[in-house]
Amino acid sequence: MNVHTKTLLVVINASPYRSTRARDALDLVLTAAAFEIPLTLLFCGDGVFQLVADQRAAAIGHKDLAATLPVLPLYDVKRICVEQAALAERDLDPAQLLLPVEVLGSAEAAALFHHHDQILSF
Amino acid sequence: MVLHTVCHSPYQHGALRQCLRLISAPAALLLMEDGVYAATRAAAELVAIEPAIEIYALQADLDARGISATLNPRVTPIDDRGFVELSLHCARMQAWY
Repeated sequence: MNVHTKTLLVVINASPYRSTRARDALDLVLTAAAFEIPLTLLFCGDGVFQLVADQRAAAIGHKDLAATLPVLPLYDVKRICVEQAALAERDLDPAQLLLPVEVLGSAEAAALFHHHDQILSF
Repeated sequence: MVLHTVCHSPYQHGALRQCLRLISAPAALLLMEDGVYAATRAAAELVAIEPAIEIYALQADLDARGISATLNPRVTPIDDRGFVELSLHCARMQAWY
């Protein structure tokens, strides 16, 4: 039974390999999902680079984040959102990303900040 | 109300630009550390922000950088006590860094 009433917005703004923020965010999301905490993921800024297909992190001695991201829907993470403007300015096609995402305009993405009980930013 | 904080210079970093794209009323924007460089009249970033959004800058960070005299009138300087009060008024917080 889901006893959690608080909803969580996880804002992912970090590029995949510059720091451990991307990995930390993913660890948090998987943990929260395991505890059935209702959460929404919002990828914005350089965070959208995490979603690029064909990443080969081993080339720079990193663990492959891209291998973990596609499992999120299996963990019952209901909404995986991406800011449209962030994709557009980086010329990324939402259809080419490594998992299916909900593409949001800036106004819709901004509304997410008001519609969750807590925000965690990475 | 959502409190957005920005701690990077707008000249050097995209944090403020991203914040401005995703901030909507009811919200407050707090500029801190190098983020206060956006609070001067020379910085153009705050022009387009919706009037309902409150904009603050930490007084100590303005003073330390010698830019209090060139403050954009849209920005309200606050001290640490004001920061604490502001955070109590905001149920949620988003740090852009």
